[in-house]
Amino acid sequence: MTQAVVVQVGQCGNQVGRRFWDLALREHAAVNKKGIYDEALSSFFRNVDTRSGDDGPDIYEGKICSLKARALLIDMEEGVVNEILQGPLRDVFDSKQLITDVSGSGNNWAVGHKLYGCQYRENIVEKLRKAAEHCDCLQCFFIIHSMGGGTGSGLGTFVLKLLEDEFPEVYRFVTSVYPSGEDDVITSPYNSVLAMKELNEHADCVLPIENESLFDIVNKIHQMISSGKLGSTLKQNSLVTSSAGSTRTVQEKPFDAMNNIVANLLLNLTSSARFEGSLNMDLNEISMNLVPFPRLHYLVSSLTPLYTLADVNVPSRRLDQMFSDAFSRDHQLIQADPKHSLYLACALLVRGNVQVSDLRRNIERLKPSLHFVSWNQEGWKTGLCSVPPVGHSHSLLALANNTCVKPTFIQLKDSFMKLYKKKAHLHHYLHVDGMEQSCFSEAISSLSDLIEEYNELDATKGGPRTEPSRLKIAV
Amino acid sequence: MSIVTVQLGQCGNQIGHEVFSAVCSDVHGTHGLCSRKENDSYHEACKERFFCEEESEVPVARAVLVDMEPKVISQTLSMAARSGSWRYNDRSQFCQKQGSGNNWANGYSVHGPRHKEAIMNLVQKEAEKCDRLGGFFTIMSMAGGTGSGLGAFVTQCLRDAFPTSFILNHVIWPYGTGEVIVQNYNSVLTLSHLYQSSDALLVHENDVVHQICAQRMNIKQISFRDVNRVIAHQLGSVFQPAYTAAGGSCYSRNPLGELMETLVPHPEFKMLGLRNIPQMPENSLAYSTFSWPGLIKHLRQMLIANAKMEEGIDWQVRPPRLGTSCSSSHPTNKLPQFNTSIANLVILRGKDTHSTDLGSFQDPSLYTSWINPQDAFNAWKTPRAFNKYEKSASLVSNSQFLLKPLDNVVGKAWNMFASKAYIHQYTKFGIEEEDFLDSFTALEQVISSYTSL
Repeated sequence: MTQAVVVQVGQCGNQVGRRFWDLALREHAAVNKKGIYDEALSSFFRNVDTRSGDDGPDIYEGKICSLKARALLIDMEEGVVNEILQGPLRDVFDSKQLITDVSGSGNNWAVGHKLYGCQYRENIVEKLRKAAEHCDCLQCFFIIHSMGGGTGSGLGTFVLKLLEDEFPEVYRFVTSVYPSGEDDVITSPYNSVLAMKELNEHADCVLPIENESLFDIVNKIHQMISSGKLGSTLKQNSLVTSSAGSTRTVQEKPFDAMNNIVANLLLNLTSSARFEGSLNMDLNEISMNLVPFPRLHYLVSSLTPLYTLADVNVPSRRLDQMFSDAFSRDHQLIQADPKHSLYLACALLVRGNVQVSDLRRNIERLKPSLHFVSWNQEGWKTGLCSVPPVGHSHSLLALANNTCVKPTFIQLKDSFMKLYKKKAHLHHYLHVDGMEQSCFSEAISSLSDLIEEYNELDATKGGPRTEPSRLKIAV
Repeated sequence: MSIVTVQLGQCGNQIGHEVFSAVCSDVHGTHGLCSRKENDSYHEACKERFFCEEESEVPVARAVLVDMEPKVISQTLSMAARSGSWRYNDRSQFCQKQGSGNNWANGYSVHGPRHKEAIMNLVQKEAEKCDRLGGFFTIMSMAGGTGSGLGAFVTQCLRDAFPTSFILNHVIWPYGTGEVIVQNYNSVLTLSHLYQSSDALLVHENDVVHQICAQRMNIKQISFRDVNRVIAHQLGSVFQPAYTAAGGSCYSRNPLGELMETLVPHPEFKMLGLRNIPQMPENSLAYSTFSWPGLIKHLRQMLIANAKMEEGIDWQVRPPRLGTSCSSSHPTNKLPQFNTSIANLVILRGKDTHSTDLGSFQDPSLYTSWINPQDAFNAWKTPRAFNKYEKSASLVSNSQFLLKPLDNVVGKAWNMFASKAYIHQYTKFGIEEEDFLDSFTALEQVISSYTSL
């Protein structure tokens, strides 16, 4: 069994991370009734003998003593990390796996990447090594961050580059929260585009997320509950509202609920690697099957059924509906419509009591309405994990390498150009040591190239399919 | 003679487990429908073939379990142990922590050489436990990374270490609409490599078995376990003891060898298909009766018309009259395709097999011109019924059965190769474009050979 280390960077990264660890513990607690430290647990947690303090030796088998998350928490402000350390999850984090500072990055990528990157490089490397040493077989790093700010975006991508240098064999999966149209950070286009270049070059897979989509999904769940479709009981500590009990009108953004969705994404992504099933799908398989060309590694994700993202009692629904929903635009975690764009590859990871025939039937049913690139007409990767998410009978995670990410990137480019043409706020960046005008021009050119690659693929969509002629053999 | 089974990857291990279960339950079943003496003799032969006694109370399968990640093997070992009627040797397993990631190159070029010694040691130990080694039976899928890549490497090692032993590869052909996106690349690489070291490839197609589950077995929500059980039943119907012509009055002691001799007269033609009838849900067995002439007639038409199961057979297809060429396209109307054979083996199990007439299978028009029809057909029989079926007939065929699937897979892989998609994933581990081209060339050759039958 392999292990993964989660590196949460910046305010957003840490808030999502906090939800992730909470859900992970709950999931394992539900599955692992005997309290024995098993292989599934070891993928994200260490079992530490804390009798001699936090620095005790790792226990590899037997009863659970004290679980410690395989995580590195990084933030250049202390607020969020302190909250975590004072909250119910405080014992899950090893006090040595934190890197914080006081003044923050001022929403400036250059400060995060160049200034703090340089300053904390050794510290970060040392802590990463420590985390890696505790792993028997480290397979993957998960980075969680946002693109629009300074720390998550700048320092987060610095860490990404570092991971490639120090641990070239270990996969790097990045969960990136992209800024929405009405983002209140003025410089978010700069930060995002500068970060994109790093993602293009150093990540194995990127799972882009947009707040707007998360917000819409949370609202949808609210509607489903209040319309009574899902039954009236709302469990305590529901994931939908952060305080138990009443559904409240959504005036402020329900970040907790939104972060839960992302946390669920990570849980489901790794479920087949942790738990058994009739057709396992490991993380290295995801990277292998969904990335046909090295730079096209942006995967649009969707999680269905929606009610698995909330703690509600649900009457059983038709399985097939779950599959249909996975391809609908309102279930995607970014503002995109995969059905009307071109698929390069698609992966379906099903959890729970679902068999191969259900999978096949739905693929046959949905295939005709989807457009796949000519050289990958049957580009499906499937996985069946027998363990369902807590409290539910089944769930589906769909990952698509689809040209529908293009609009997000184009929008990013446009917002960037609006500012860049006027040289707005540029001095804040250029004044950081190591930052030059060329960083900007290289970043925008990297993004343009990426968009161009998607354009070329889109151009083939719907065109005549001429199959290359086969090799001729002399008889 | 004993057969050592090597189970490779998730698929190989899951199927292997079902095969040993099926064989064991067949032997312990009380539906032998034959004399006590016959049953005992069958039991003995089966035990020698697949199990060894050791000091344990239950028979221990002659198998080596290999996978690059631990979950499946541990599940397989515990399921077998729980059955109470047989088990695996706990030490006869090799696994690592991280799988092959569906990457053939990873399985073949990285894991293969790295773990060669450990794996071959296990195989050697199993081989030494056999009084007489009858050969190796490997079970693997073509679509993934371990079964396919590591499997191809291990097969090569087997060939090098045991140059005179028979090696039969059981290969699972993945569903057409994808289980793994790079399955066509993995398949092409696997098949071309296996062709060099293996004696024969016995193929099961997931799509076909799935159909059998849906239409014959009436299973509503088909799981991989259901599919694997059908496959195990079909394999059991071939490898359980039978009287072959060479065996005379006792059960054949060289099943793999005889299979190869009868079915693979020429090294260019190694693809074997398998058909087994009747297939039906267990609870219908008691209410059904079949006649041998009926079964034989159906099996023959399934062969000629390339039908995958006993429903929906195209009875219009007829063998061409001798002297006329039996090649494909007819200018005026579309004649149904006739499946030309190189060699066929029919295995009959159950009541009254001695009185069966298999002359229809010796019809020379079934076979390609350069084969002597006398040599092309063989029959194995036993009065001992198999797996609760009062009568069971199997056909192992070296014919154009797999031509279309092979052509499809090569076509899709070539299409993808032309765009260079995913190639970087393979070159990362040492498989270059040239290696792909070699594999494509080898398989186009096989396709061409089978087409020109």
